[in-house]
Amino acid sequence: MLQPYASPVERAWYFGMRGLVGLILAFLFLPILVIVPLSFNADSFLMYPMSGFSLRWYEEFATSPAWRQALMNSLIVSPLATLLAMVLGTLASIGLVRADFPGKALLTAVLISPMVVPVVVIGVAMYIFFAPLGLTGSYTGLVLAHAILGVPFVVTTVTATLQGFDFNLVRAASSLGANPVTTFFRVTLPMVAPGIISGGLFAFATSFDEVVVTLFLASPEQATLPRQMFAGIRENISPTIAAVATILIVLSTLMLMTLEWLRRRAERMRGARR
Amino acid sequence: MSTAVDTSAAVPLPAEGDGTPLKKRLRRAERRRNLLFGALILPLALVVLVAFIWPIGSLLTIGVDNPEIHDNLPRTLAVLEDWNGSAPPDEAAFRALADELAAAKGSPAIAAIAKRLNRENAGYRSLVMKTARKLPLDAAVPAREALVAIDAQWGELATWQAIHRAGGALTPFYLLAAIDRAIDADGDIVAAPEDERIYVDVLLRTFWMSLIVTVCCLALGFPVAYLMASLSTRHSNMLMIFVLLPFWTSVLVRVAAWIVLLQNEGLVNRLLMWLGLTDSPLQLLFNRFGVYVAMVHILLPFMVLPLYSVMKGISPVYMRAALSLGCPPFRSFWKIYFPQTLPGIGAGGLLVFIMCMGYYITPALLGGPKEQMLSYFIAFYTNQTINWGMAAALSAVLLAATLLLYMVYARYLGPTRVKYMKAR
Repeated sequence: MLQPYASPVERAWYFGMRGLVGLILAFLFLPILVIVPLSFNADSFLMYPMSGFSLRWYEEFATSPAWRQALMNSLIVSPLATLLAMVLGTLASIGLVRADFPGKALLTAVLISPMVVPVVVIGVAMYIFFAPLGLTGSYTGLVLAHAILGVPFVVTTVTATLQGFDFNLVRAASSLGANPVTTFFRVTLPMVAPGIISGGLFAFATSFDEVVVTLFLASPEQATLPRQMFAGIRENISPTIAAVATILIVLSTLMLMTLEWLRRRAERMRGARR
Repeated sequence: MSTAVDTSAAVPLPAEGDGTPLKKRLRRAERRRNLLFGALILPLALVVLVAFIWPIGSLLTIGVDNPEIHDNLPRTLAVLEDWNGSAPPDEAAFRALADELAAAKGSPAIAAIAKRLNRENAGYRSLVMKTARKLPLDAAVPAREALVAIDAQWGELATWQAIHRAGGALTPFYLLAAIDRAIDADGDIVAAPEDERIYVDVLLRTFWMSLIVTVCCLALGFPVAYLMASLSTRHSNMLMIFVLLPFWTSVLVRVAAWIVLLQNEGLVNRLLMWLGLTDSPLQLLFNRFGVYVAMVHILLPFMVLPLYSVMKGISPVYMRAALSLGCPPFRSFWKIYFPQTLPGIGAGGLLVFIMCMGYYITPALLGGPKEQMLSYFIAFYTNQTINWGMAAALSAVLLAATLLLYMVYARYLGPTRVKYMKAR
């Protein structure tokens, strides 16, 4: 806080610091906003000044077969990959937290490694390995690859949540006569759900934004939204890209808000327990 | 799920009075509980091992794999086993080679043999192809005379040494090529031919660009994290939104946004011209500048988040104590506050550096040929020239550098906010 008796140097520091941080945050934030109005541009140039308002680029996105196919593919691959990552990741997290065995640290490192290995290496390795198995150019291969990329986020967030989970609550529920299934759905799940959901959101965001592995594994029929955007930016950048970008920005805002809500909820629940 | 296992694990303590001591029964129950929970890890462990670790393992073996001669000329190599190597071998070797080349004729194997031997000495490709065309030999004529008649090179010692050298099941060729080295005729490691010496440059460029981006991220991220840590939670949460929204926005959206901003008629050029700083538009895209700007923009949140979480934990009383003891503000910042942020700087810096090294999309879309990093060449050799050995060797180099830095990160800086790291 700036005190009324602050010296001129302190004042300069106070305002200078805020100005500087304001500029840096503008650098982070404004470029994303700049592209939004251009998606409503009437003519076909991705530049200012705009010539008029039009929804034609959204229409183009909604009617073009290539973009529709890409959207469909993304809506098939990402939810399936996320679901797979969430189920496998949550099961494994419970195991990692509650079981004790030699080599546990190593196994954890292996399960988290897809987050660390450069994506190009993952893409090339999976491409060369999947091709003879007929898994390139298939939804199965793509879902599997995306799920593996998402798993580390589920495992890290769910293990972190479980480490804060008091397993005495489960014992209390059992001792009060609840059967294991009821206990799981009424006690355990509501407590760890925020961890699972935020892990799932990270996994979904990873898959929904994944280009590199998709470039290697997907055939043109399986081009996802980012893959189609990559091709669009590379070949001929049109306002359709801006329209898709705007939709994606809205989507990421929604995801961010969900995550923030979950974080506050978890904070409240932790506060209530204390 | 956990409860189902939990209760079943708690119940089956063997009935009392069967003579087993309690300690033993407890240990048995404990072991059973461990097995049950351990089993929950199995499905994921299997998927990751089969569809991730195995592919990467086999990719790395492709980098040292040397099957062409080893698999296609096994009899010749067996004969050469006992060869002293100081003079061309005897008739048996010539016969075996002629037979095996004849068998390989017309199949992809002959091309593989020719290509592999050509790597030992440019010109062996045509030697092999020319010889294969004239095979099989007349069984009545000695194979040695017949082969030398086809090409005198078969009578030379060097040719046989090359076959012998290329015959191992494994080769360091690609890995050496990835660091601009080669093996000469004497088996010594020497610098690769001038026109093939590009990979050390690419590797250094990858490191250098990652370093620049990391330093820029630190310079921009530090003040942001510092201010956020000094504000009340309500205010810092508001600022956090400015960091997190870009973080959650697709990389391609941000790349597209920078193209819009930095193109010749873009807002940045317009602003510069309006301010009178330049008369004609500057080239800001498809060069280092564009790549740096976009990469710093994409990676800045990864620097701010760990820095912020470390700074949040720094108690303000040390600074206050230093100030009240008469230490000037900047000196106390440098001597007292800054050292306490070092774990955050280390974590954020390594995180950004590691992610930078693997970057492919941003340089591919915003850079020119001089901005392409290691990842580009890996993709290039996989898709364009189908030289998997080279792609594998470069992957090994990139993977080794990444894992090494990651081990430093995990060992010394802990998993601070690793969950924010997104694979890009």
